[in-house]
Amino acid sequence: MLSLIVFLPLAAALALMALPRLGDGAARWAWVAVAAADVALVAALWLAYEPPAAGRLAFEERAQWIPGVNSSYHVGVDGLSLPLVAMTTVVFLACAVFALRSGDRPRTQAALFLFLQSVSLGLFVAADLILFFLFFDLSIVGMYFVIAGWGHGDAGRSAMKFFLYTFLGSLALLAGFIGLYVAADPHTFDMVELAEQTPLEGSSTAGAWVLAAILLGLAVKTPTVPFHTWLPPAHTDAPAIGSAVLAGVLLKMGTYGFVRIAMPMLPEAWRAWAWVIVVVGIVSVVYGALVALAQTDFKRMVAYTSVNHMGYVVLAVGAAGIVADDTVQARSVAVTGAVTQMVSHGLVTAALFLIAGVMWERAGTYDMGAYGGLADRAPRLAALFAVGAFASLGLPGLSGFIAEFQIFTGSIAAAPVTAVALLGILITAALFLRALQRIFTGATQGASVGFGDLRPAELWAIGPLLALSLLIGVLPRLLLDVIEPAAQVLVQLVGR
Amino acid sequence: MRPALLAPEIVLFLGGLAALLGGSFLARTRQWVTRAVAAAALLVAAALAALDLPGPAQVAMEGTFTVDTTTGVARVVAALGTLVVLALASDEIAGTPRESETYALLLFSTTGTLILAGANDLLVVTVGFLLASVPLYGLIGIARTPLGAEAAMKTYLLGALFGILLLTGVTLLYGVTATTSYAELTDRLADAPAGVVAAGVVAVLGGLLFKAGGAPAHFWVPDAAQGAGGTVAAFLTTVPKIGAVIAAYRLVELLPDTLAWPLLVALLAVASMTLGNLAAYWQTDPRRLLGWSTVSQVGYLLVPVAVAGRSDLALPSLLLYLAGYTVTNLSAFAVTTAFPQRRELRSYRGMGRAHPWLGAALVVALLGLVGTPPTVVFVGKLTTTAAAWDAGYAWLAVLVLVNTVASLFYYLRWIAPLYTHQETAGHHQQDAGTEGRWSRSAAIGTAALSLLLGIGAGALWATFSL
Repeated sequence: MLSLIVFLPLAAALALMALPRLGDGAARWAWVAVAAADVALVAALWLAYEPPAAGRLAFEERAQWIPGVNSSYHVGVDGLSLPLVAMTTVVFLACAVFALRSGDRPRTQAALFLFLQSVSLGLFVAADLILFFLFFDLSIVGMYFVIAGWGHGDAGRSAMKFFLYTFLGSLALLAGFIGLYVAADPHTFDMVELAEQTPLEGSSTAGAWVLAAILLGLAVKTPTVPFHTWLPPAHTDAPAIGSAVLAGVLLKMGTYGFVRIAMPMLPEAWRAWAWVIVVVGIVSVVYGALVALAQTDFKRMVAYTSVNHMGYVVLAVGAAGIVADDTVQARSVAVTGAVTQMVSHGLVTAALFLIAGVMWERAGTYDMGAYGGLADRAPRLAALFAVGAFASLGLPGLSGFIAEFQIFTGSIAAAPVTAVALLGILITAALFLRALQRIFTGATQGASVGFGDLRPAELWAIGPLLALSLLIGVLPRLLLDVIEPAAQVLVQLVGR
Repeated sequence: MRPALLAPEIVLFLGGLAALLGGSFLARTRQWVTRAVAAAALLVAAALAALDLPGPAQVAMEGTFTVDTTTGVARVVAALGTLVVLALASDEIAGTPRESETYALLLFSTTGTLILAGANDLLVVTVGFLLASVPLYGLIGIARTPLGAEAAMKTYLLGALFGILLLTGVTLLYGVTATTSYAELTDRLADAPAGVVAAGVVAVLGGLLFKAGGAPAHFWVPDAAQGAGGTVAAFLTTVPKIGAVIAAYRLVELLPDTLAWPLLVALLAVASMTLGNLAAYWQTDPRRLLGWSTVSQVGYLLVPVAVAGRSDLALPSLLLYLAGYTVTNLSAFAVTTAFPQRRELRSYRGMGRAHPWLGAALVVALLGLVGTPPTVVFVGKLTTTAAAWDAGYAWLAVLVLVNTVASLFYYLRWIAPLYTHQETAGHHQQDAGTEGRWSRSAAIGTAALSLLLGIGAGALWATFSL
């Protein structure tokens, strides 16, 4: 079942490449159909899901790959990965619908995004470090071609910077993986076995180095301050659906790595260095928000809010490593909030980047100062933008609130100093309200003149993402019931 | 004697002779017959070697030549690699003067490589070195271009120097141990004066490094890759390394602990990979870029050599890397021979849009050389790095990964223009007639193979660690 979900898009991508005679229209709709089928499969998976035993995975599949180094094709899901798998299929479906209107080599574009979808899903279900690394690297390759091939502005340069920077991170990650492999006895790359063994327990220096390598790799991907400098140019020059996937899905690979690899496999080192992680999280939150506040380019602003939002996740998982007997419950809440934030940010940021794509397509500029009074011309766009902005800044009733509320409840209980990061929420609220005001209110002027409202494909791409955010905000139990058991297990693994 | 154990080498040598003699009696338009003869010899040699592969390790020629899994893998990889080179030749040198001589020299040099790979005696190493090198001098100069002549001269002079160094080393080692056979050297080297052993081994390793094209004996590689024809360039950056690196592995494996040999080889490895990467940065000729890239690849290949015998992963990972590197490097060169007119990175602008399959093959090959999963070089790089770390050389593993990041930049300089919009004026017209069909198939086939071998690396690994 999992393999089908992961490789269905890849098979479709190969079929699209092998059938050059297929018309552009057919290719676009085939992409939508496959992405929708994957959503349906994941929905079925979600309904059949039962939380697995502590330290185990549900829907496991395992086949030999390179037995010589104990690396296998091992996949499975639990409460940490299933929500991300579901979010990934939804974001890719939204991109497929949005791209129904795109005219630039639609067949190749569809194949590339289907490839990226397989890679992203594969990463979230991987239960083997080498399998994880394979998908991690291929996501970089795929996104490079998306930015270089369909981007605008200085796309070649931004794509190159993105590739070099994140590839550096991925190799740091690989160094850490090899360190884990060598330290394990018997040597293995299997995540489940490594989490059981915690191979570097007791050797604090080696553990610190391996954790440092893994953290560097994940921090570049997430990205946290000071490794975030590749993000703004990559987003600014990427096509709308490329940005949506990059921010919505690819960034989660970094934060997912924290909860899937770093915390359960290196609990001792994680506890020892938890303060550093908390500080990096706080700095990312505040710095990301402040820099976003200074932007005049709407897309760059959303890109920097990603640094801020990922900062909350880092903060929460760091706080989960500050172990005290009376904070077990609080740390578990923080981790639950972190995973919820990953899902919430994926949905909301993808929607905001698609909105940015609509602006670029109509007016050719992201400069907020060039717009004004757009609500008059495009009321549907204005409504969706408002919902997205409120979800992003954490208004109750939307998913961002559920996530950030839990993150702060848990983190402040475990480490009161994290309250400093509340400043980030304040700044984010200010910058989104300011953006709303500059673009949509006032007299219709500049780029807003002659701006057409959302077309059906755009509406049906952006709308459902925000509707899901609303659903999570109103009925959070649907999501939290899946995440909470896994978060408790994780907190217990870190505390051992 | 048991000459039957050397059947693949004998078949290749006889095939070379047949191509040479047959070529003298055939009209220029019918020289393809010699190509067919050469291809048949390579196929037979590969088949014989593959049939031998599951058998137990044996020695031939009074214990001077080992036929084990390592030799077997080297035979299969080298023979099939040369077969791909012949496919490139079908486009580039079919119907040219000295066609059959090229095939003969290719086969002789391949034979020399295989003798190096199986050598279990220092004198056999010398024979293999000469048989692999001498045809190469001729091959590099055979195109008779000014650059080719310069490259041939440079290779010849360096080859002569390092050949003499190799002989000196063998003499020194013989002088202190009274034997050249590996079986006896193992014990006697430990008791011999460390200084003389050090000088002798360094000299022999120097000769092998020339053959492999690693620092500090690499100066001929970029010139030869640029100056020689595409066929020859593909051959000389790929096949001779197989024998040389395996010979180095066998030598390092039997060295005593009296000196820090792993450290020395590790430093040579780091020197090769770093130098090759830095020098490749600003190259504009794709073949010269690949030439420097192979220097850095030798550095990665020397990593398992450094930890020979110190990790169970070392030998299988070396063989896996060699096989993967051969396939991937040939794929990249095949793309350059498919477009003989494109001699600058700039001229590849828009190539991927005009030729999607060849563009994809080049992307797979170059990302493969970087070590991106799921290509087979990735598995090679992963396992060699794990071997180094496993043997206690974590710093070497880290340097391999750092160098990998550094190498990405220049490979990307070649990938980036492939999908840009502007097709350089004029190229489109020329390509229609000159896109080599054989090279095209070879490039796509080897690129696909590098993916398949990466995905099926488990089976490969099982074969290599027999």
